Amino acid sequence: MNIDTIITSEQLIRAVNETLRMVGFSLLFGALLGIPIGILLVVTRPGGLLENRLVYRVLNPVINVVRSLPFIILLVAILPFTRWLVNTSIGTTAAIVPLVLYVAPYIGRLVENSLLEVNPGILEAAQAMGAKPWQVIWHFMLPEAFSSLILTMTTATIGLIGATAMAGTVGGGGLGDLAISYGYQRFDTFTVVITVVLLVIFVQGIQSAGNALARRARRER
Amino acid sequence: MIEIRDARKTFTRGGLSHEALKGVSLRVEKGDIFGIIGTSGAGKSTLIRLVNALEKPTSGQVLIDGQPLDGYSERELRAVKKKIGMVFQHFNLLESKTVFDNVAIPLVLDGRSKKEIRERVTELLAYVGLSDKAKSYPKELSGGQKQRVGIARALANHPSILLCDEATSALDPQTTQSILALLKRINEEFDITILIVTHEMAVIQQICNKVAVMQNGEIIEQGYVLNVFGKPEHPTTENFVRTVIRNTIPGSVLQDLNRDRPGRVFKLEFVGDSASQPIISRLVRSFDVEINILFANMTEVQQTTLGNMILQIVGADREIEGAIAFLKEQVDRIEEVEAI
Ligand SMILES: Nc1ncnc2c1ncn2[C@@H]1O[C@H](COP(=O)(O)OP(=O)(O)O)[C@@H](O)[C@H]1O
Ligand SMILES: [Mg+2]
Repeated sequence: MNIDTIITSEQLIRAVNETLRMVGFSLLFGALLGIPIGILLVVTRPGGLLENRLVYRVLNPVINVVRSLPFIILLVAILPFTRWLVNTSIGTTAAIVPLVLYVAPYIGRLVENSLLEVNPGILEAAQAMGAKPWQVIWHFMLPEAFSSLILTMTTATIGLIGATAMAGTVGGGGLGDLAISYGYQRFDTFTVVITVVLLVIFVQGIQSAGNALARRARRER
Repeated sequence: MIEIRDARKTFTRGGLSHEALKGVSLRVEKGDIFGIIGTSGAGKSTLIRLVNALEKPTSGQVLIDGQPLDGYSERELRAVKKKIGMVFQHFNLLESKTVFDNVAIPLVLDGRSKKEIRERVTELLAYVGLSDKAKSYPKELSGGQKQRVGIARALANHPSILLCDEATSALDPQTTQSILALLKRINEEFDITILIVTHEMAVIQQICNKVAVMQNGEIIEQGYVLNVFGKPEHPTTENFVRTVIRNTIPGSVLQDLNRDRPGRVFKLEFVGDSASQPIISRLVRSFDVEINILFANMTEVQQTTLGNMILQIVGADREIEGAIAFLKEQVDRIEEVEAI
């Protein structure tokens, strides 16, 4: 079979690697930031475990503002911060910084929703047992929300894959960049098709894995 | 043991305030199984939640073993809570953990060793009859089994008080029986004081020695179950008592009575000893009257029999008067039933 394309298989493999790196690291740091943010939103809200007006009133709108920025704007707006943090403003590493900032509030909101779904009766039982606030979070909230949190992370991961497509703007590379710079700008249909197919496979695979893990966590094998 | 002094609780939500407790006082002694009965919204849950500080009274005091709860710091309160077990209507088990891990939770929170936890949980599961379910998840259990897990969990820390908020309200009558029997056993074997909230008089009848009747945030009647069942004072209490002890004349009997009414009809109530005495046979032997028993009902409360009887007495006026005088001495309450 003779395929008419201008990209090499090395380019394709590199793009896949870059996408995986961007998604992987952004997810890791995004979760490290986002999960505590979600927990903080739940416990400091009015009537929460550690009700704190100030923290909630500051955190809540800040998250809304960051979440309302389109990724491409966020990426450009924080370039100086990125340069300061990772000593460069181009390349995959530079793309990870805005990706983290983009996904962390998103994860925070999703985690918040997951935790709010935990049966209040269980938290009441925890209080009745004399559990300390961190014990309520660690031994009751998180285990009970676990399967829902897996779905949360699945959704966040898929959102990240979409966002990485724009990382090419700062030379981040990845499949999206490949599709745009070769497929779209140089009219290479094969590149468009192959990158789209790969992205679809990624998204489907992650969603299926997430669903399976969540089912397992709910003991529904 | 547990003392509540003039507790008031006002909830404010969206500018509207609602007084859920309007000055409630009660005293639960060590070893009591104290029942609080009332219809939905009476304030029962709010009241029981005061006892383990899930709710703080707007005014008034709650004392456990003579110590006011409002004098404790948060840390001290947590220690007090560990000695008060709580059982819930909807069990409130962790769906994500096995039966074993659910029962173990209070011990894990307390930082006990693995070995100690294994021993205690094994012992508790055996006690509630669920040794074979240790590895099951709550969703694989029946309601009664879930409540047994809830009870085992509540007992984990060797509490001196057990609070039950509608612990049997989500269960069928037969399962309710077995859970009540378990609670009674716990009370007797471990000398644990039980405070139980319910809207079912059968629960009070079967295991409580004392009862408080709540309505609209107030206790309208309280005392020993036997006394309250024998002589309910308040109409609401009367209604509750009548759900387990019926004393109304069946409709068919009433019709007969209205058609043809020779003699007079009396309603009798008796408690304890007099119930077992052969009152009727002595009555017919001593007086020249004919007795027709229209209705009779015996109920056991606290190992004591409560009886209700409706008698038709036929005979000469003088004999009937004599019979009434005799009955007044023998039974706890006698009342003539007028034509209806
Ligand atoms: N956290 C709360 N906020 C506002 N109102 C409440 C709250 N808890 C209970 N109430 C109100 O207090 C009253 C008594 O409730 P509750 O103690 O749950 O009654 P019961 O357990 O007897 O059904 C109800 O009118 C209820 O709506
Ligand atoms: Mg209630």
